[in-house]
Amino acid sequence: MQQGTGNPPSSATAPGLRRVAIDPLSRVEGHGKVTLLLDEEDRVRQARLHIVEFRGFEKFVQGRPYWEVPVMVQRLCGICPVSHQLAAAKALDTVVGAQALTPTAEKIRRLMHYGQILQSHALHFFHLASPDLLFGFEADAARRNIAGLAIAHPDIARQGVLLRRFGQEVIHATAGKRIHGTGAIPGGVNKSLSDAERAPLLADIYQIIGWSLGAVELARQLFEKHLDFYRDFGRCAAHTLMLVRADGAMDLYHGGLRACRSDGTTLFDHLDYSEYWEQIAEEVKPWSYMKFPFLKALGDEHGWYRVGPLTRVTQCDFIPTPLADRERRAFLAFDDGRIATSTLGFHWARMIEMLHAAETIKELLHDEDILGSELLVRGERRERGVGVIEAPRGTLIHHYRVDENDQVIRANLIVATTHNNQAMNETIRAVAEQHLSGRRLTEGLLNHIEVAIRAFDPCLSCATHALGQMPLAVELVDCTGATLGNLVRDCAA
Amino acid sequence: MTAPPDHAVAPVLVFATGNESRGDDGLGPALARRAALEGRAGLTLILDYQLQVEHALELRGRRLALFIDAGKDTPAPFELRRASPSPRFLHTTHALAPEAVLETAQRLGIALPEVWVMCVRGEQFELGEGLSATALRHLAAAEAALHTLLARRGAPD
Repeated sequence: MQQGTGNPPSSATAPGLRRVAIDPLSRVEGHGKVTLLLDEEDRVRQARLHIVEFRGFEKFVQGRPYWEVPVMVQRLCGICPVSHQLAAAKALDTVVGAQALTPTAEKIRRLMHYGQILQSHALHFFHLASPDLLFGFEADAARRNIAGLAIAHPDIARQGVLLRRFGQEVIHATAGKRIHGTGAIPGGVNKSLSDAERAPLLADIYQIIGWSLGAVELARQLFEKHLDFYRDFGRCAAHTLMLVRADGAMDLYHGGLRACRSDGTTLFDHLDYSEYWEQIAEEVKPWSYMKFPFLKALGDEHGWYRVGPLTRVTQCDFIPTPLADRERRAFLAFDDGRIATSTLGFHWARMIEMLHAAETIKELLHDEDILGSELLVRGERRERGVGVIEAPRGTLIHHYRVDENDQVIRANLIVATTHNNQAMNETIRAVAEQHLSGRRLTEGLLNHIEVAIRAFDPCLSCATHALGQMPLAVELVDCTGATLGNLVRDCAA
Repeated sequence: MTAPPDHAVAPVLVFATGNESRGDDGLGPALARRAALEGRAGLTLILDYQLQVEHALELRGRRLALFIDAGKDTPAPFELRRASPSPRFLHTTHALAPEAVLETAQRLGIALPEVWVMCVRGEQFELGEGLSATALRHLAAAEAALHTLLARRGAPD
């Protein structure tokens, strides 16, 4: 299968399309905008999703002492601060010469990370995704939320909230507090767990595994019920990128980079990420703050790729926990493997990862190393460090240069939502092709675009969240640049 | 999983939400700090970037709850109002409005306390350090109202 190339790199160079200038958008959280551009025959030629970008933060950390960075970068995102903390700490491990952490430090960081995976995936599935899936995409938007879920399926809603809280408690125990935690620092961690902190987590973890298994089963049932629709919804072939352990296993904390072409063949494997720029480049486009990363070997037009749960579950060789690996194999076998390349397959894959996170937390809680006291290592000081982690939404890269005065002089961050930028645009275009009726925007199309975007779980929360923010807007533009229509999804009240 | 008994939680709960690296978005945490709410007897202070579904669980067993946040295009210097459950869910964000937290709590069978929202108007939300001069003036006005509210509603001093 060839990767879709329907979204040209720039409308400015595409014949029959007019370039549409987009004013700089507010970076207020929750502000998303989609522009659909029609060609002369009213076919959807391009889809553009405009969301927040992080260049400002890369400037923000310049001039700061490197040891402040793991705390500062948590302010990037209200949803996955732990991922930014850990990616920054991993990058700065190299700067302080910590080539290998102590067993206690590595396991505490892993515990923190899998707590983050669990809480983030639970929030997404139960709060944002399952209402769509359980009530249907055409259901009243006011009903498609966790309150609606609590009315119709109270046990599922309650489990979702408690799964989320358990993940937060793991983070609290390992990072010291829920926000601005200082658990991971360059060279290791600044605290381990006490018996008193471990006991309540151990008491609950078996229930958490049970609920996670139930969530995987719920995802499977939804696919069985709506198979024809789910299989083809927003389907587009994509190259993939992820971290993988040395033996090919899923490892969300550390590994080498694996990239596969859309036909499943390997482009590179077990690549040392410390020189990621040899394989991954970032393109800037005039209509978006957001960078467009691509695999250099495949070129800027065709080299876009997809990261995140669907990539990780389908492209790893196995998952190193028994229940999650059993569910991975069932997922890959379902419908002769076709769901494994379906956009909505993200949801099922995400629940398999949540189960893996729960199983991993259980293993770590039983490991006496998490109670240890050897927390830090140091070695030969270096100027540059790269840290890569598989965050809930996908591969997260932090890259810093530090001068002789310990100040950060350069930073580059590539977050999962940026990796998925073009993949989301392609998916939205595919959905619009399937569901756009003539030249008129409809509520049904808006609902379907929402569902397509949500499958990726893009981070729209990395800026602010002040009351009064703007919602999702969809704009339809014809080949002359004329706006044919706008639809806005406001608060569902 | 078991929740603590109602008598084990402080009667007053304050959520102060905001990202202090985003200019005036940090008004909520700044007000909590200025009003010295941390460690105050009979009061639980929860600082977070944004409201999430699990915050609904914190309402169990409370007598009074207050949500403090920055506001954009809200009345200056601040707005103080009662809040009640409403399914005001945004579809493009993970964060919840206070009313949606209350709705979630209610649907989970949690008896709701008396709830207020204090929304302090901010002016700039871009990356940067500190609050704008205008936000600092709004903060001072809001602090006085916050102390008055807590005193009148019988919050322990």
